[in-house]
Amino acid sequence: MGDQIVLNHVTKRFTTKTLGDIVAVDDFNLSVHEGECFSFLGPSGCGKSTTLRMIAGFEDLTEGEIELCGRLVSSSKKNLYVPPEERGLGMVFQAFAVWPHMNVFENVAFPLRIQKVNKTDIVKRVNEALHHTSLTGLEKVFPGDLSGGQQQRIALARAIVTNPKVMLLDEPLSNLDPKLRETMRFEIKALQRKFNFTIIFVTHDQSEAMAISDRMMVCDMGRIMQIDTPENLYNKPCNRFVHNFLGESTFINVVIKDGKVYPKGHTEQALDLRIPDDAADEMVVATRPNEIALTGPSVGGYKTHVEKRIFLTDRTEYLVPVGDQLLKVQTPHRVAFAQGEACSVHLVDPMWYPADDEAADKERARRQLF
Amino acid sequence: MSGYGGVSADLAAVEGRKHMNMDKVMTVICFILLLIIVVIPIFMIIYNAFFYEGKLEIKLFTEQLTEPNNLAAMWNTLKIAVFTTIFGTIMGVFYAWLLGRSDIPAKGLMRALFNIPYMFPPFLGAMAWDMMFNGRSGYINKLLRELFHLKAMPININSVWGIVFVEVSYYFPFVFMQVVSALERMDPTLEESARIAGARQRQVIWKITLPLVKPAISAGALLILTTSLAHFGVPAILGYAKRIYTLPTRIYEVIYNSGGSFDGIRQGAAISVMLVVVVSLALILQNRILASGSYDIIKGKSMRPTLIKLRGAKIPLLLLAILTLVMIVIVPLVMIVLISFLKAYGLPLKLENFTFAQYQKVFAANGTMASIRNSLFLSISAGIICMFLGTLIAYVVQKIKPRGSGVLEVLSMLPYAIPGTVLSIGVILAWSGRIAGINLYNTIWIILVAYLARYLSFSMKTSSAALLQVHSSLEEAARVCGASHTESLADVTLPLIRPAMVSGFFLIFLPAMREVTTSILLYGPYTRTLGVQIYSLRDAGMIPQAAALATVAIGIIIILNTIVTKITKDKKGV
Repeated sequence: MGDQIVLNHVTKRFTTKTLGDIVAVDDFNLSVHEGECFSFLGPSGCGKSTTLRMIAGFEDLTEGEIELCGRLVSSSKKNLYVPPEERGLGMVFQAFAVWPHMNVFENVAFPLRIQKVNKTDIVKRVNEALHHTSLTGLEKVFPGDLSGGQQQRIALARAIVTNPKVMLLDEPLSNLDPKLRETMRFEIKALQRKFNFTIIFVTHDQSEAMAISDRMMVCDMGRIMQIDTPENLYNKPCNRFVHNFLGESTFINVVIKDGKVYPKGHTEQALDLRIPDDAADEMVVATRPNEIALTGPSVGGYKTHVEKRIFLTDRTEYLVPVGDQLLKVQTPHRVAFAQGEACSVHLVDPMWYPADDEAADKERARRQLF
Repeated sequence: MSGYGGVSADLAAVEGRKHMNMDKVMTVICFILLLIIVVIPIFMIIYNAFFYEGKLEIKLFTEQLTEPNNLAAMWNTLKIAVFTTIFGTIMGVFYAWLLGRSDIPAKGLMRALFNIPYMFPPFLGAMAWDMMFNGRSGYINKLLRELFHLKAMPININSVWGIVFVEVSYYFPFVFMQVVSALERMDPTLEESARIAGARQRQVIWKITLPLVKPAISAGALLILTTSLAHFGVPAILGYAKRIYTLPTRIYEVIYNSGGSFDGIRQGAAISVMLVVVVSLALILQNRILASGSYDIIKGKSMRPTLIKLRGAKIPLLLLAILTLVMIVIVPLVMIVLISFLKAYGLPLKLENFTFAQYQKVFAANGTMASIRNSLFLSISAGIICMFLGTLIAYVVQKIKPRGSGVLEVLSMLPYAIPGTVLSIGVILAWSGRIAGINLYNTIWIILVAYLARYLSFSMKTSSAALLQVHSSLEEAARVCGASHTESLADVTLPLIRPAMVSGFFLIFLPAMREVTTSILLYGPYTRTLGVQIYSLRDAGMIPQAAALATVAIGIIIILNTIVTKITKDKKGV
């Protein structure tokens, strides 16, 4: 299993009139293995799309270099820039980008015609690609007469027809309705197994990324936050941002005083937690609402009451005060507490993070504008 | 406006009936106005070409059709229009691509500058080019002859090709503007996915970009074709000297020679029918081509397209673009201004021959101020009336949709396809005492009526597009809140489309200010327009005076344009 896509110190800086300098991508280092499905995940403005466009060859690099299949394709130092058409990639775009002036067959045949493949081979390979994307029979139809899902299938067929080693998917499912999104996800994975290409999948939808990826990269504000498998990212998020971005999270700001953990600003009752060795005086404790146990007040734990009870379809959610902060707790329906009832909360193995960073929040807000 | 209905239980019923009535009234008004403005003049042309004193008489028409001068004019008209369309389209597409897709420097500035040829009155351009390259006396011609010791003048602008050249210079923006906006709205991933598919830059342009903007190209080309077929100014100024006629100039000539007699006008009407047939054929042809492809290319997230690096060609292409602008805007402008200061036309362009006398003469002549006043009056009133009338028709067609709304739409667009010259003849035939004794001939009202017919489609189009974006639920919401139909119209719909109405006004006001084609046939002793006044001065051989007035006219256009851009920047147009 070799490394198929390698990014070394890749950096992209823009200067905009309204916001000044923006480091869209800040020193990205990563390598994607052959046959892997690797996701770029993050909120808008995090640098994931810019990175993908640099890999595709639509953007040049301010610094660093990119290798594709062992070949250097972009390098700021050597002033090397292989144009997109010579990188041998497949790519599917969010807005489908199927050509409205060509019918389905012509759309899919286009890459082969450019490569000057002979006519009989074109027909054979296009039919094969259409077969794998369930488009057989629609050859003569124009994309304007097809549904969003079918148009995205044309884009997929067009991308696989040249049998590329690397497939770039730029939010390919976000213009589709939820049901279709799930089906297409399976189809993409099935195609990958069949043709054995490496996938880079860009999305801002965490559940989609979780379901499809072997590994993923979470980024924020132009920086890589963490690269790992979906399980590890969910179970051991390296910082508060990643914790919050993947799955549901609930946080408590705490202070540590005389070896005990108190909710910030309230020292009358301590939380029953083991303090990590490297903890500072102020920390944030993070956990998942469904991993918090809620019991009667007699069992121990942090004694409090139910502030608000919300009945959701598959679980019940409680908002429970801890000091002056509200903790979100989700339990199965059978654990029933009434609104206002006294109770205890038990935090099981939470994650510990440094206290809030206001500067980061400001920077994030600034980038959203961009 | 009707009074408040109040929130009573039977409001719906009461207002419902009123609403029906008001819709009906508006529909009927539209039909009557279009009948007067459009149907009657067109009917009068056809009637007078084929009937004489109530009897069918084909003779006049066949006579005119077989008249060699007319056939030659028809041939010239076609030749000029076709070549102008071909070269203008190529030039428009090329510059649209250069400014829309390449990394040429100073793009914003260049975009703004490339709109100038569109505002430059073509007949003034023709005047300037005639001053420079007239086959007998052109200033640059003389200069070149002396420099290179030639026997004959090197360039003769008074030819079919000279006319084509000048028309291309001022008509290519039709295609340019259409294509540039299509390129801007186009989803860039359509081009990027072709790169990923292995296509080189050049292949992407030919196989993806151009086919996708084909509808915009055809629409612009159609505009060039119909405008050129119907155009009077350029062929009149450049062609008369060498007796090169097109159908519009031939019509003018026939009527002018007959001294405005009914017989001459009837002959003009017969030639007009030929011109209408040619234009209609062009429209049908174009419709065939247009219908073959029209697709939605505006999709996806708005991203800036990848600009194509021109590398080494960047500076030469920039220079070419600048040179083009200098050639078609600056040089003619400078020429007109220089000539306007000459003591007499033909004198060398030396300082001792310069004087302000021409301006004094122009403003001392009593026709000048009157012509400026006339043009201002005509263009402002035509603009305002068309703005309201066009919106009324658009509202009836888009929202009320009565039976026959299709007919309404066609009727209001019809004058758009009918050359200004032809329209003038129709208006003369209709309103010089033959119908109900109404005689507007030689008054300013006959010009106004012709302008209304000519420009109605402009405001109707912009208002129509804006109304389509006002969802009917907005007006319904106002009704639910207790507003009557009239109130919802006045408080919701009209304010929403007001920016479009205002831009519709300027779309009419600006071209009407410099209009010649229509008014040249309609003016009377006291109703010369600015364009007519310049044309007559030049025709009478007072070229420096014509240049002086042209300079004033260009000044007025520049000032008005600046004001318009200021206003439209504040109000965001739909």
